[in-house]
Amino acid sequence: MSGARQETERGHALTFDNVSVRYAGQTQRALSHVSVVAEPGKMTAVVGPNGSGKSTLVRTLLRRVPMESGRVTVGDVDVAALDARELARRIAIVPQREEPVLPLRVEEFVALGRHARRRAFGGMSADDRLAVASAVDRAGIAEAIGRRTDTLSGGEWQRVRIARALAQAAPVLVLDEPTTFLDIAHEMAVFELLDGLAQQGHTVVLVSHQLNLVARFASHIVLLHRGTVAAAGDAASVMRGEILERVYEWPIVVTRDPAVGALALLPLRGSGRHRERPSS
Amino acid sequence: MNNVRADRADRAAHSPWLGWAVGGLLLAVVVILGLSIGAVPIATGDVVDALRGIGDPSTIAIVRDLRAPRVLLAAFVGAGLACSGGALQGTLRNPLAEPYLLGVSGGAAVGAVTAMAFGVGQPALLTACAFAGAAIATVVVTAIARVVGGSADTKLLLMAGVVVGAFANAAILVALADAPPERLRGALFWMMGSAADATWPAVARCGGALLVLGGVLVWRARDLDVLSLGDEPAAALGVDVDRISRQLFLVASWLAAATVAAAGLIGFVGLVVPNLARALGARQHRPMLLMSALYGAVLLVAADLLARTLRAPADLPLGAVTALVGVPFFLLRLRRLAA
Repeated sequence: MSGARQETERGHALTFDNVSVRYAGQTQRALSHVSVVAEPGKMTAVVGPNGSGKSTLVRTLLRRVPMESGRVTVGDVDVAALDARELARRIAIVPQREEPVLPLRVEEFVALGRHARRRAFGGMSADDRLAVASAVDRAGIAEAIGRRTDTLSGGEWQRVRIARALAQAAPVLVLDEPTTFLDIAHEMAVFELLDGLAQQGHTVVLVSHQLNLVARFASHIVLLHRGTVAAAGDAASVMRGEILERVYEWPIVVTRDPAVGALALLPLRGSGRHRERPSS
Repeated sequence: MNNVRADRADRAAHSPWLGWAVGGLLLAVVVILGLSIGAVPIATGDVVDALRGIGDPSTIAIVRDLRAPRVLLAAFVGAGLACSGGALQGTLRNPLAEPYLLGVSGGAAVGAVTAMAFGVGQPALLTACAFAGAAIATVVVTAIARVVGGSADTKLLLMAGVVVGAFANAAILVALADAPPERLRGALFWMMGSAADATWPAVARCGGALLVLGGVLVWRARDLDVLSLGDEPAAALGVDVDRISRQLFLVASWLAAATVAAAGLIGFVGLVVPNLARALGARQHRPMLLMSALYGAVLLVAADLLARTLRAPADLPLGAVTALVGVPFFLLRLRRLAA
C-alpha cells in the first residue's frame, strides 16, 4: 500500500522544451519550437483548432513521431532515455482514438493498465488488484466491468479507457480529447475527476476542444496555432477574444459567465442575415 | 458498438470452462477414431492394447507405426497453425490474419522446396530452410504493404500475403516439375498438405517446435493483449511496439513454418480456430492460444480422418479439407467485419 502511494507522489513536471516535429513528406512542421511546462498539482490544458498540433504533442510522449529538435522530460528524466515500461510507469496516456477490434471484458481491459508493472507470467499482485478496483471506482464504470468492450456505448468506452490509464498509477496523466462522445454529466464527471487528481498532486495534461470547461478547470492553458504556441497562461491571459478570433478564424466574444463567474467563450453566428454583433 | 447479439454471447461466454471440457472430450474422440478407423478397422479396445504392445503384431504395427504418428502429427500441426494464427491476429489486430493467407506458410514451403532442389535431404536442415523462407516471406509481405500503403495497413498486408502465397505455389510447381516422385515429396504435398507420410522423428520435430515456439507465444501472451489494442495504446501501456510485434510475428511465422516442414501447406486452421476460441470465451491471448491449440488439434485430426476416409482408398490433401471448412467461415467473418 505504501508502495502504491509512492507511485503517485508529486514532483513530476512534464516539460516539452523547444519541440519541433516534421512528419515524413511534409514541408510544414507539425510542431515548431513548442515549449510547454505542465506542473504537478495542476491541470494543464492544450487547446487549439483542428490540425494545430495538439495530438502530435501527445504523440511525442509515445515517441512515435520524428522529433527534429527539442526534448521532453518527465521530472528530470529525458523521455527518450526511458524504455517503454519505465515510461508507462511515469506517464499514463489516453490516446485519441482506439477501437476494440479483439474485444476483452472491461475488467480484463482495465487490468492491462498494470502491464508495465507486471511480470510476463503470473497473476496480479495485491497492488495490481487495488489499483484496478480504485480505477474502476473513480472512472465510475463499476456496473460495466463484466461487459465486453465491443458492447459499450461511446461514453462508457471513453471512461473505460480513462480507467485503464488510472490503473497505471502514474504521477503524470495525459489525455487526448477524453470527453469526446460524452454527455454533459459524464463530461463534467471526467473534468471533476481530473481536477481531483491534480489536487492530489498528479500532473494532469488534457487536450480538449471544450474551451469553456477548460477555462473553469485548468490552471494553465496552452493555445496552439499551426504548430506554435499562440498563447499560454491562465484563463484570463489566453481566453481573449482577439487571440481566439485570430487562431480559430471565427468571430468570438469572451464574457464572464454570471452564473459561475468563469470566462466563457461564445462563437458568433458569422454569416447571412443571422450575423450577430456582440452587445457591449 | 451496442450490439444485442454480442451482449448475449457475452453472458454465455463468461466462463470458458465449457469450451475446455468440450474440446478435451472432442480431442479424445477424434484421436480414438483416428486410431481405429482406416483400411483395417480396429476395435477401440484393441487400439489401447496395441498402443501398450499387446495383441496381434500386425495390429500393433498399424497402430504404433502408421496411425499413431499420423494422428499425433496432425494434432501438433493443427495446434501449431492455430496458435500461430491467434498470435498473428493479435500482432496485426486483424481477426482474419493467419499464416497461410499472409503468405508466410507459402514462404516456408518455398524455402523447404528450394533446399530440396539443391539436394538437401536432412529433415532438420529442411526445417531450418522453411524458417528462412517464412522469415523472407514476412519481410517481403510487410515491405509490399508498406510501399503500397505508406504504412503497414493490415488489409493490404493480407492482400500482399495472398499474392505472395500464389507466387509461392508457382515457385513450388516450377521447382518440383522434374522431381522424381518416388524420392521427393511432390508439389501436391507442399501445396495442399498431408499427414500421410508421418514418421516418429517428424512428430518429434514438430512437437518440439510447438513446445518451444508456442511456449514463447503463450509466455508473451499479455504483450499480445496489449499489442492488439493498437500501436498508440500499446506504446502508452509500456510495450515497445515495433520491436515486440516484429519478434512475435517472427515466432508465429516460425511456428507455422515448422508445421509446413512437417505436413505442407494447410490453410484456414489458423483463421477459424482462434476465432472459435474467442467465441467460446477465451478473450485474453493466454487462454485463447491454449484453447486454440486444443481445438486446432481436434480440427486437424478430424480433417485428416476425413481426408483418408471420405474418398478411400484415395488420400485427400489435408489443405483441401480445411479449405472446404475454412473458406465459408472466412466469407462469413468478412461479412460481419464489413457490417
